[in-house]
This record gives sequence, C-alpha cells and structure tokens, in this order.
Amino acid sequence: MDIVVCIKRVPATDTTIKIAADGKSIETTGVSFEMNAYDEFALEQALRIKEQLGTGTVTALTIGPELAQKVMRDALARGADKAVLLTTDDWIYDGAATAQTLATWLAANPCQLVLCGKQAVDSDNNQLPGNLAARLGFACITEVNKLEVADDTFTAERDIEGAREIVTCKTPAVISCNKGLNEPRYANLKGIMGAKKKPLEVSAADLPTPAMEIVSLELPPARAEGRIIGEGADAVPALIEALRNEAKVI
Amino acid sequence: MSNIIVIAEVRGGSLKRPSLEAITAAQQLATASGGQVIAIACGNGIDAATSELAGTSKVIAIDGAGFANYSGDAWAKAIVEQVKANNGAAVLMAHTAMGKDLLPRVSGLLDTGVITDVVSVSCDDGTFGARKPVFGGKATMTIRATKSPFCATIRPNNFEAASGSSGEVAKVDAPSGDMLSVVKEIIAAGGGTTPLAEAKVVVAGGRGLKAPEKFKLIEELAAAFGPGVAAVGASRAVVDAGWRPHSEQVGQTGKVVSPPLYFAIGISGAIQHLAGMRTAGTIVAINKDADAPIFKVADFGIVGDAFEVVPALTKAIAEVVANR
Repeated sequence: MDIVVCIKRVPATDTTIKIAADGKSIETTGVSFEMNAYDEFALEQALRIKEQLGTGTVTALTIGPELAQKVMRDALARGADKAVLLTTDDWIYDGAATAQTLATWLAANPCQLVLCGKQAVDSDNNQLPGNLAARLGFACITEVNKLEVADDTFTAERDIEGAREIVTCKTPAVISCNKGLNEPRYANLKGIMGAKKKPLEVSAADLPTPAMEIVSLELPPARAEGRIIGEGADAVPALIEALRNEAKVI
Repeated sequence: MSNIIVIAEVRGGSLKRPSLEAITAAQQLATASGGQVIAIACGNGIDAATSELAGTSKVIAIDGAGFANYSGDAWAKAIVEQVKANNGAAVLMAHTAMGKDLLPRVSGLLDTGVITDVVSVSCDDGTFGARKPVFGGKATMTIRATKSPFCATIRPNNFEAASGSSGEVAKVDAPSGDMLSVVKEIIAAGGGTTPLAEAKVVVAGGRGLKAPEKFKLIEELAAAFGPGVAAVGASRAVVDAGWRPHSEQVGQTGKVVSPPLYFAIGISGAIQHLAGMRTAGTIVAINKDADAPIFKVADFGIVGDAFEVVPALTKAIAEVVANR
C-alpha cells in the first residue's frame, strides 16, 4: 500500500504565544518549531501498516517554509521513504486552500491511503482530512483511536460523545489520527544517518485563492485576579459559600 | 434570497442539544443577512427529533433506512444537494464528533472551507465572519470568509439553546447504498458519562493525585453534582502516564473547554493546560503548592492536600445538590 502522511510544522506546545506587529500572526523569534503532535501518530501508523503488509511506501508531505526541511528530515529519519515539501512563506491557517493544494499533488501522485493528524495545534481547525477526502472522492474516517487494515479494508474506532464508533471503509481513504492511536517512535542514530540519503523534494507550492482571511489575532483577555480562600478541608465551607453566593454557579 | 442552514445532529432518534445552540448562532446571522434559518437533519425515523428544531423557518428531514447508520460521505452528498437547492449562504453545525467529521466534507464538496470551534459569528454587509480559539486557546482569531457558502462549527456551551416554534418539515427520502465509509457499531461508554465539551461542570485532576486509582476522588466529586452535570478531565501529564484516557485530556493536545464551573485538582497549571480551560466561567484550584501557576487563573483557591480537601468538598456539594 502506498501511503502519504500529511505533516505540518508548528510551534512547540510549550510556546508562550506573542502577537506580531501586524496583529494577524504570532511573533516567531525565539519560538521552536516541531512536527505537529497529532501528525506523529499518523506517521507512526503509516510505518506500522507498511511493516505489517511488508510492502508499499510511506511518503511524508508538507506545505511550509524552507525551514520545514528539518521536520521532513525527522520524518525520513523515523522511517518515511521519501519526503515532499511544497514551499510557501505564508502561515498556513486555511485548511481549504491546503486541501486544494494537496489534492492537486495527490492527483498527480496516486496513493491508496492518506494519513493525517486530527488537527494542527496552531490553527486548530481540523478541517483538512474531510475537505481533502471530499475533493479526492476518497472515503474518510476522522480522529481514530484504533485502526486495523486487512487487504483493502480499514476498521477504525473513534470517540463520539459518550460512546465509541466502529467505522469501516475501503481504499482509497483519508484517515485522521488521534492521540493514543499508537506510541510514536523517535529517530535513532541509524535512521538519522540514513535520512540524509533519502529523497527530499522541494518545490514551490501553488496555493489557490484562500477561502478565509485573518482579520485579527488577539491574546485572550486576562482573567480577573482570584483569591486563596484558605487552607485544607477547613476552607471548604467558605468555598461553597463563594460558589453559591458570589459566583452563583451551584 | 439566501438562507442560513443548520445541520442538526440526531443520534438514536434524539436531537442533540448543541444543535439548538447552533440554531441560535444561525438566527444571529439570519437577522444580519436577511435570510431564513433552515435546518437539515439526517437519519432513520427522526420525526420526533425534527419537531424539536426550535427557531427554524423550515426543516428538511432526509429520512430513511439508507441513513440508519452514519456515513460522512453519503450524508454530506445529500446535505450539499439541499444546501444548494435552498440557497444556503452559510452552513452551521455544532462542534461535536459528528460536526467535526461531516462539515469539513460538506465544505470540500462546496469548494469552500470551514471555520471550526467558533465562539461567535458575524455578518457585515454580506460578509460572514467568526471568532475561534487557536493555539489550543492561547489566542483568539477573527476570520472573514472569502468564499461562499460560509461554513462553521459552533462550540457547545457558548450560545443559548434556541427556543420557540419549529418550521414545517419537508421530507426527503434518504438514498441507500453508495457509501464509502459507514458506522458499523456504536458502543456506549459505561455509567452515563457526560461529554467533556458539553458538561456544565468539569472536575479535572493531575499529577498531584499521585496514583491512577486516586482518580476515584475526582470521579466522586463529579458524581456529587448529579447525573449528566459534571465530566471528569485530566492534565496531559496523567494522560501521557497512561492513568487516564486521552478523551479526558484538557489543554492544547486535548480538548479546549469552557464550562460554567471548572475544578483543577492537583494540577500545577502548565501553559498548554491553562490555554484549554481559561475561558471557563468560574475556576477553582486545589493544590498543595501555593505558588502553582494554576492559582494565577483561578477565581477561588484552596491550598491543601487533595486527599483531605476533595472528600470534604464532595460531601458539601452532595448536600447542596440534595437540598435544591
């Protein structure tokens, strides 16, 4: 099975966000970037499917700045066979434009399975998998916690409100991965050395007209200063009093 | 005339409450744009649910055995036909497991995009916009749609549920066959668990509880609020340690929640956790360390041992609930 894993380079999750002077993006000076956490589960699953089937290829695909080569090398070091970087200097927040660009690339480079993280932890818009699948005419299962493959059929488990769903589909499919699907491997020294010899194709992304535009980006309003009610269990009656009469929430 | 479409979610024959909240958002857009609110619901045997779609001018029920089980691709295709036939200028759905799966596919078929998890919507001179948290809640983005129709999923617990009369129901036969993906089975979670994102109260625990079995204290406090009110949450540290399932994680790689009342127990308050709960109405922190960052965002704090404070709190809450 030929598998394409969609990866995004995002600010590390421990980043303190500062708004840039344009009021529409974040200050990137001093920010460390990494592979989107959910994409690590997608890459790991792709490698496991290839190992299980004993055949096929794993291609890591991203849209991002030239600097995203580092994340792509990491994907190669973990075991991807090939990496493709479509470059742009703009911040990719519009999943529809991303989906359209990736759909064009995937039409020219057919595969049977596209794996993605359930969302990117910067724009948090979790629209890419479904939007991409619609454009490709592929089946789609989102936010899976378990995934099994037998021949051309996938069986996945996903959480819904208060229950779990078992969903099936056949290739070709787009499947988005949730945390907990697997335990991603890290690159070892042999993988890191080997990655230098693997193909990393870099070309300019041909991004379409965006479906949305950023008006502003703001930090959330600061919360009013709270107070320490007291110490230990003795403070419980005062807390109940505050919740009931001050906050009026119980 | 262009209309505001709401895709209503019906599960097991029941209308899900966040759909009524999405109708409220749709009403705001309809007032600003001059259109009507039209609901579309899919399923098999959904008469009772569609009669509850308050605040709508018209309801389209795509009903039949072919739609007994959810299929993102088949449902999206049928919905898109109705969006086009009813001049949909905007399509809204609740930000639930189904909404997150279905509306992106609908938007792709319409060659547009979707803004997800939005906390407010707007329409100025025919241009639709929305505000949504990004970076796991560390920032808020205001976005304007540049393609039509405008699609958005609405964060639960953020708009009042719509009330009033429901529109006349127009029935459409659900197509059968031709499904790429389909739900084979739904396995209910035990014990009537309240979904984290929809809970009125979230009781979250962290490393300070010292062992996975001590989460019993958290579960008991949540249960004290009565059935269907409170959900259990967890910090990333305890999820990564395997104490709790990822579905309970609050924060940047988990869920962003804004319940009216949030308890952080034995949670120090890492930046990515704070991002996921700072929009809660009232925040209570219980922590041994008086210098823990969680106290910076908490409205009320108790410095102390969770094993001592929580059982006393559980008892007190149970009394309040019993005397209501």
